[in-house]
Amino acid sequence: MSALLAINRLSVAYGGIHAVRELSLEVAPGEMVCLIGANGAGKTTTLKAVSGLLAPHGGSVHFDGQSITRLPAHEVARRGLTLVPEGRGVFPRMSVAENLMMGAYARRDRAEIARDLDQVYALLPRLTERRAQLAGLLSGGEQQMLALGRAMMARPRLLLLDEPSMGLAPLMVQAVFDIIRRIAAGGVAVLLIEQNAHLALKTCARGYVLENGTVTLSGPAAELSANPAVRQAYLGD
Amino acid sequence: MSSVLSLNKTRSRWLTFGLLALGLALLPFLVDAGLGRSWVRLLDLALLYVILALGLNIVVGYAGLLDLGYVAFYALGAYVYAWLSSPHFGLHLPFWAVLPLGAALAALFGVLLGAPTLRLRGDYLAIVTLGFGEIIRIFLNNLNAPVNITNGPQGINLIDPVRLGSFDLSQPHALFGYTFTGIHLTYYLFLLFTLMVIFISMRLEDSRIGRAWVAIREDEIAAAATGINTRNLKLLAFAMGATFGGLAGGLFASFQGFISPESFNLMESIMILCMIVLGGMGHIPGVIFGAVVLTLLPEALRYTGDWQRNLFGHVYIDPADLRMLLFGVALVAVMLYRPAGLLPSTRRRREFADAQG
Repeated sequence: MSALLAINRLSVAYGGIHAVRELSLEVAPGEMVCLIGANGAGKTTTLKAVSGLLAPHGGSVHFDGQSITRLPAHEVARRGLTLVPEGRGVFPRMSVAENLMMGAYARRDRAEIARDLDQVYALLPRLTERRAQLAGLLSGGEQQMLALGRAMMARPRLLLLDEPSMGLAPLMVQAVFDIIRRIAAGGVAVLLIEQNAHLALKTCARGYVLENGTVTLSGPAAELSANPAVRQAYLGD
Repeated sequence: MSSVLSLNKTRSRWLTFGLLALGLALLPFLVDAGLGRSWVRLLDLALLYVILALGLNIVVGYAGLLDLGYVAFYALGAYVYAWLSSPHFGLHLPFWAVLPLGAALAALFGVLLGAPTLRLRGDYLAIVTLGFGEIIRIFLNNLNAPVNITNGPQGINLIDPVRLGSFDLSQPHALFGYTFTGIHLTYYLFLLFTLMVIFISMRLEDSRIGRAWVAIREDEIAAAATGINTRNLKLLAFAMGATFGGLAGGLFASFQGFISPESFNLMESIMILCMIVLGGMGHIPGVIFGAVVLTLLPEALRYTGDWQRNLFGHVYIDPADLRMLLFGVALVAVMLYRPAGLLPSTRRRREFADAQG
């Protein structure tokens, strides 16, 4: 099996302090993988390094067989690896429609963009009614949906999701995760980062557990959910 | 039916356009007749400030990079013009060669300022740009020894006016039976450049580059995640803004005939920023309006002395003191009652209305 995303012994440091140490992880094409861990374990740092927002200290990142290790963020994005940033990374003073069109910024195929836009609206009916509204005035859940829709406008092969459930009401979390599952069902691979381990393991096929910047456990989600250590630390048993 | 309507619409649009063009063409004569010659001079200055404000609007209004040292680019443009077109170095190159050089040098310095500050935002960026503006001014003030480059605080004098062949823009000319003075002719030259800058601003706003700038302003990480090269586009914003600043500087030097570091202090940067904020950040008509109002208002407030004399028969407060006070009060009042600016874009207006409602 050739991996779509292959992270090999990645290390990231902030001013001498290692936030991520020798982290290795793989995502196959179309696969849903989660990375769970406590606050400060290095989850967001990992995503930032993969997406080019942070320069790694050591190790390598390969996407579709090619190294993207020190590529700037916009180059990474243009290869089909799209980050949905933490905390509703929408453009607040642009309308819903403008936000979605920004997602297709790097593309030039107008007809295809228009088709994808229709598909995104079909996926996110709540946004269809609000296409002229400013994104900053949407509810938290709607903003998260918009961020997902904008990412889809780039036609990604891999979505990097940073804590999509953060700060949302339980019903909204369900709605957002339904959308994520439908996106994945369409063949897009997902690397999901979550503090809500229960939800993440229920959604994904495989998982990695991150502690103090390094992977301590990995395996099929069902196996991890059954692991006593995981149950005690992350599932509140 | 609809074709008749659209024909009427095009016709009315051309009519508006024609009236506007006629109004702008006649403006200096109306102002001259109604208010006096010194106000035509102010009109020329107002056009320069429109260019400056539109330039800073690219950096602050579109890309959201708070630049408090913008006047440095204005100064560079002015000094390049002075160096290449005055007795200071004995060079007298024509304005059409000097103006682009000044704008280009300003653009280069825009990139030089932008490159080390790429990671800074908001107040941190403001401090660094403020320092940059002061450094340029202090350099200009002190580069008269060991080699006299800037002539220090005395500034550079006898700068050439704009000349095309034997046509000297600073001298009165008789055309079509009318006598055009230097400040009238300067008005038309500045108007030409102002329209050019307005046109470029409009095209930029409605382009991929303009949208990318707005995205960077709104959320830099999300912008990078959509494939926007944030580094290059921020540098481009600095360079474009600086180009307009440098252009205005060259025009200013040719117009005044004399420049010194004094003219390019921090207050000037803040004033240009005020024009944008007061008029309506990121909105071209608002920025133009803000620039014109803030150029003319301080001058209009000089008349407070006359008002006092008419009302009380005596001048109680020196208008020089009073006018800055009233100016400050006017700024505070506008920001309290029209926080999005005097002429905000529909987007900004909606945002403020929704935030309150």
